[in-house]
Formats: sequence, structure tokens, C-alpha cells
Amino acid sequence: MSTISVSNLVKSFGHTKALDGLNLAVSTGEVHGFLGPNGSGKTTTIRILLGLLRQDAGTASLLGGDPWEDATELHRRLAYVPGDVSLWPDLSGGEVIDLLGRLRGGLDPKKKERLLDRFDLDPTKKGRTYSKGNRQKVALVAALASNVELLILDEPTGGLDPLMEAEFRMVINEERSAERTVLLSSHVLSEVEALCDRVSIIREGRTIESGTLTQLRHLTRTSIEAEVSGNPSDLHILSGLHALQVDDHRVSFEVDAEHLGAALAQLSQLGVNSLVSHPPTLEELFLRHYRQDSPKS
Amino acid sequence: MRAFAGTSQLLRLILKRDRGRLLSWILALAGIPIVTANAFIELYATETARSELIATFGSNPAYSALLGPIYGSTIGALTVWRIGVIGSVLIGLMAVLLVIRNTRDEEESGRRELLGATVVGRHAPLTAALVVVMAAGLNIGLLITVGLAALGLEFGGALGYGAGVGTTSAVFAAVGGIAAQLTNGGGAARGVGVGALGLAFILRAAGDAMEIEALGWLSPIGWFTRLRPFSGERWWVLGLSTAVAAGLGAIAYRLASRRDLGAGVLPVRAGPANAAPGLRGPVALAWRLQRSSLLGWSVGIGLLAALYGTVADDVGEIFGGNPQLAEVLAALGGTDRLTDTFFSFTGGVLALVAGAYSIRTALRLRAEEEGLRAEAVLATSTTRGRWMASHLLFAFLGAAVMMVLAGLVMGATYGAAIDDVAGQMARVLGISIIQLPAIWVLTAATAALYGLAPRATVVAWALLLGFLVLGQLGQILRFPQWLLNLSPFSHVATSTASEISAVPIAVLLGVVIFLTGLSFSAFRRRDLTAA
Repeated sequence: MSTISVSNLVKSFGHTKALDGLNLAVSTGEVHGFLGPNGSGKTTTIRILLGLLRQDAGTASLLGGDPWEDATELHRRLAYVPGDVSLWPDLSGGEVIDLLGRLRGGLDPKKKERLLDRFDLDPTKKGRTYSKGNRQKVALVAALASNVELLILDEPTGGLDPLMEAEFRMVINEERSAERTVLLSSHVLSEVEALCDRVSIIREGRTIESGTLTQLRHLTRTSIEAEVSGNPSDLHILSGLHALQVDDHRVSFEVDAEHLGAALAQLSQLGVNSLVSHPPTLEELFLRHYRQDSPKS
Repeated sequence: MRAFAGTSQLLRLILKRDRGRLLSWILALAGIPIVTANAFIELYATETARSELIATFGSNPAYSALLGPIYGSTIGALTVWRIGVIGSVLIGLMAVLLVIRNTRDEEESGRRELLGATVVGRHAPLTAALVVVMAAGLNIGLLITVGLAALGLEFGGALGYGAGVGTTSAVFAAVGGIAAQLTNGGGAARGVGVGALGLAFILRAAGDAMEIEALGWLSPIGWFTRLRPFSGERWWVLGLSTAVAAGLGAIAYRLASRRDLGAGVLPVRAGPANAAPGLRGPVALAWRLQRSSLLGWSVGIGLLAALYGTVADDVGEIFGGNPQLAEVLAALGGTDRLTDTFFSFTGGVLALVAGAYSIRTALRLRAEEEGLRAEAVLATSTTRGRWMASHLLFAFLGAAVMMVLAGLVMGATYGAAIDDVAGQMARVLGISIIQLPAIWVLTAATAALYGLAPRATVVAWALLLGFLVLGQLGQILRFPQWLLNLSPFSHVATSTASEISAVPIAVLLGVVIFLTGLSFSAFRRRDLTAA
């Protein structure tokens, strides 16, 4: 079952091409990471999914309907947290949460109280006096307190402190257990790593990678740091090695997955005293795509 | 002096950002007195023509309330009388709006914070805004002086006019500076600043109409006429307004150095933790956002209407100096006829105020969209049509509320003077609400602009200004009839309610319905713009 399915989406603003054939598929019940650098088209895609913008070409379907034509019916079944939360200056946070909930068709008051408590949010402050992080919490509580099928979160943790980020992760994991579908746009890679079942990576309006984290890691390199007894200077003849640094008996490099075995065999011949290896973080994966796909560099 | 560091950079920034706005204000405000004087030179070339005009309007309290007293019989003096007060109000409006736009609005948007972290002193933004606005006022004054002198008017008077305009802009720039410190939202600051301007206008009007000099002296707008350009200038009045501008400016700086960035002097109270049960739909939200503005504008219009109603009884005195004309008019319908004309005129003025309210309220749609708050509402199950309708409801009905209120208040106050409250309320109400179709054309045009070309909504204000010029000056300047007919207000501004035929009203309402329909269908089709 697919909750969101987008194919070959194109959207231009004047001369700028924001989306250039974007694809995105989110299955029901999964937490899907929507990853890309600033200005890559994440927010534009989300705004098309919400029926706020209309695509120039391509198709988008959301919860089995057309995001533009069936906007109001679909919006009853989803909740949205924008990346840039803007509140009415004279309405209190509590009023905004209730109002948005009611406009959506109701919210769970008990869940709201629990969330206010967990996010440590004072609902009596006026919109204009909240900090960025607290405005984001208002939008998060408003979205999470309504029991909808789909949550669309656009960089929801940008202003949250680490403690609140941890709380956010717990809440999203609970939503996953409740079989809610979540589209989480982010450039915070650790967040996506910790939360998401599957990830789509986009850049310059195009999807460049999509799959589970395991599938994506498969494409990438492992980092190795080791201290050996022998002389490691011959390591550079191995294929698939990158960023090799040799400092006397200490050596560090990155190795492509298919050459990992050969590299380890070579290392053990030199006599390994200590070895640290870590799987690629999304950070590295991301940087690699970022570099490799730059068209003219 | 460290508090002022960076002022010159900010000056350049404001000049770059607001050059279009500044240029429009300067040309419009300098142009109005010059074209008026030019027209008067032709219209009232002879001494006889001028003294007739003065005999008709000179000592009439009703027209004193509207335009101020006449101090002299030269072309210059008549120009000051006809356009000086309106010009002062517009200059004050420019000053208040531009200062708040470049101080409090910047702060509210967070851009000021971005600058505050660079080498920009704490007083630099306020100083830059005040300097730009005062320089604009000075430019307007200079252009007026040169323009009027070039028309052959007496130089001393032209200089007085220009200097008076310059000091008026300085006073209201300082008022805007204070308003920007008091509240922490740009909208509320504008409310305070424009409210102060309205109060100054009403004090002046009441003082001039009831011949209570002290009231007129309380009002910075009164100072302009009391400077008496072209009628034996009292130059020391310039000293008074300069001193008051400096004093108010000092208060603004004082307040600015006492408060935190982003905060106002007035405290922000906590709100309820839960929304009231009634806050559940787009209309309830719009009411919540619009109610204080509706109340403020209604109070202003009510005060103005009460003033006009009070002085209406004196209208009959117009023809005191001309018994034959009075007889002719009496044969045509008597005093009622005269007050009809008067109320039709004041109703037209109030209709422009209600029109300004209506445009502002309709443009709330744009503000909500640009502020990304529309997005939050439209991502719920609220349709675009309902959201748009919720705000337009207040734009249309709010204007109706104001015109009904204006009619009732003018009728009641006039009726109280002639012992016929109920009858006059009904009569003046009729004259007042006949303006509504014309106001609604403005509202609907604003909505259509919003739907079709949201970036061009400023055109709505240009329309209002254009209709104001056509209505107030069109006949003086002898514009051709087809041009005058472009203003919807010209079709409802005949002298009595009974003369209004149904056809123009029906046409205006047809235009309203067409433009409103167009606005909805265009908005449903277009992308929401990101800020």
C-alpha cells in the first residue's frame, strides 16, 4: 500500500526549476526520510502534496487522492508541520493548537496535554513571544495531537534543543508503533538515521537515491583507522581505497564495500595492533552524493 | 555615539528598499498643492470671484470643520484653505507609516536582529528611519515652495507652506517613532500612530468648527493652518512644531533605550491555555484577527461623524450673505436641501475612510499568505474559498457597519440640534449607506487583485488615492466628466438620496459581484506564494 506516490514531478518558479522530475514513494505505515540540502526542493514537493502549489508536469497521489483536486478531504486525514512555523501574534499557543485541530476535524485533548507536558511547552504565551523552537513545538503538538493517518513534517526539529530532539524521536517512534505514516523531511542526518525505515535523497529537484538505509549503505564506504606493526606505505596499491593517510605506523582510509575484504587481508598481513572501523554515516553518504553529482565540478 | 553606528548604511538600505514608495509620496504630496494653486489662479482670477468664495464658505463652521478657516483672500491663502489640512493629514500618514515600516516591522520580522548583531548601534535604525522621513518631508516642502513661487505666488507664503509641511512631517515621524516603541507588533503600532493622527485631525476640526482656539492649538495639524502661509505668516509656529518634534523624538529614543529588542513598552499578557469553544472555524479566526481593527476604525468614524453632525446645523449660514441665492435654494427644497448636500459631501469623506478600512481588511489575506499563516489553515480541511470568504466578509460587512454607524451618528447629532432625532437619523442614514456600492467596488477590486496578481495589491491603494483626488479636486481642476466618472464614488455622490437612480447603483453592484467572483475563481486556481 502506498500513501504517497509521486512521479516525474516538475515545478518551475519563473526561470528557476525547483523540481526537475522528482520521484517519491512512501508506503503506508513507514517513516520515510526525505533528505536533501537546502533549496533542493523538499518544501516545494511537500507544498504540492498539500495542494498549495500545482505541479507543471508529473503526477502526485496522496492517500489515494489527488492533492490539488481533493485537498480538503485529504487534509482531514493528515497533519502538517511546516519548517518555518509562523503563528498569529495575538493568539496563545494553546489557542493555535486547538484551532488547528478543530479546523482539521478534531483533536485528542488527553494526547494534547501529554504532548504539552513532554515538550515542556507553556500554552499560555502569545504567538509573538515564542522562540523559533517553541513555535515549532506548538505546530508539532497541534499535528501530533490529532490522530491522523499521515504526518508530513518539514524539518521539524530545526529549532529544538538536544533534549527536545530526543523527545521528538521517542514520539515519532510511538507514532510508528501506532502504524502512522510519516514523511520526515530533514537535513539532520542523524535524525533520519535514527528514525526512518526508508530514505529518499534528493538534490536539485531530482531524486538521486531511494531505499532502506541498509541498501544505501551498501553503496558506500567503510572508514578504517588502524595501527599496524609493519610499514603501511604500500597500501596505496590496493584498489577501492580513498582518503588514505599514513602517519608512521598509523593509517586511516575509506574503502568501498566490495574491496573491504581485500583491504582487511592486507592490513592483517602487516600485523594489526588496533583497529577501529565504523559504518558510513549518512553524513558521508550525503557528502559523497553532493560531490559526485555536482554536474560541472 | 556608538549607539548610532551604522546609521548611514541603514539610510542607504532604506533608500534602496523604499525608493519607489518615497518617490510616489513626494511627488503626490508636492503635486497636490501645486496643481490646486494652478487651478485656482484660473478659477478665481478676480478679487470678486475670491470674495464670493470667501463669503460663501469663509465663516461657515461646517466647512471650517472639514477644511479649516480661511485666513486671507489671495490665491495662496485659498490654496492653503482648500488643500492644507488634507495635505497635512496625508503627510502625517506618510511619516507614521514609513517610520513604523522601517523600525517595528523590521524588528518583528527578525531582520533587525540580523542587523543588530553587526556593527549597528542600538539607535541606528530609529535614526535612519526618522532621517529618511524628515528628508522626504523636507523635499516635499522644498518642491512646494519652488512650485508655488514659480506659479507667481508670493515667495514668503510659499516658503511658509513648504516649511509648515516639513515640520508637520517631522512631528508625525516622531509620533511614529514613539508608536513603534510602545507595542511589539507593526499592526498595533500603526493603529497607535494613525489613531494619534486621527485625534489630531478631530481636535483641529472641532477647534475650528466651534471656534475654540485652544483645541486647534492642541493639534499638530492645527499648527499648519495657524502658521497662516500667505496670510501674514506667523513664523514662530514653526519653532513650536520643531520643538514638539524634537521633544517627541527624544521620548522615542528614551523609550527605545529602555526596552529589549523585540519587546514593546506595553507588556504582553498571557493568553488562555485552551481556545474558547467558539474559536473553531475560519470565520471565528478572522473575527479574532479583525475585531480590534474594526472597533478602532468604527470609533474613529463615529467621532468624525459626530463632529460633522454637530456642525451641520450651521450649513444654512452659508447663504447668509446672499439672500437671493438662499431664496432660490429654499424654493428647491430649503435647508434640507442644503444639509443633504453637506451630508452627501461628508458621507463621501467618511466613505473614503471606510474604503481605506475595507482595503486594509481585504489585504489581510495577503498578509496572512505572506506570513505563511494561510498555509497552516489551508493545510487543514478548510477550503480556499471559505478561507478567503472569512476575511472578505469583514471587508464588506465592516464597511457597511461603518457607513450605517456614520449615518446614524451624523443624523442623531444633527437631529438633536433641530429636535428631530428619529427623522434625521433615517434621512442621513439613507444618504450615508448610498455610498456602500462605491466602497464595495474598492473592496472587490482589492480582492480581484489579490486573486489574480497578489504582488500587485498595492494598486488598490493607488485606486483609493485616485478616487480621493477625483472626488476632492476633480471639479476644482475641471477634469472632464468621463474622467470624473471613472470614480465609483462620483455615481453615488449626487446631492440628495432621491436623485440617485437605481441604474448606477445596480451597475456598481454588478461590478462588485463580477470582481468578487473573479477573485475567488482566480485564487482557487493559483499557487500559494511563499514569502
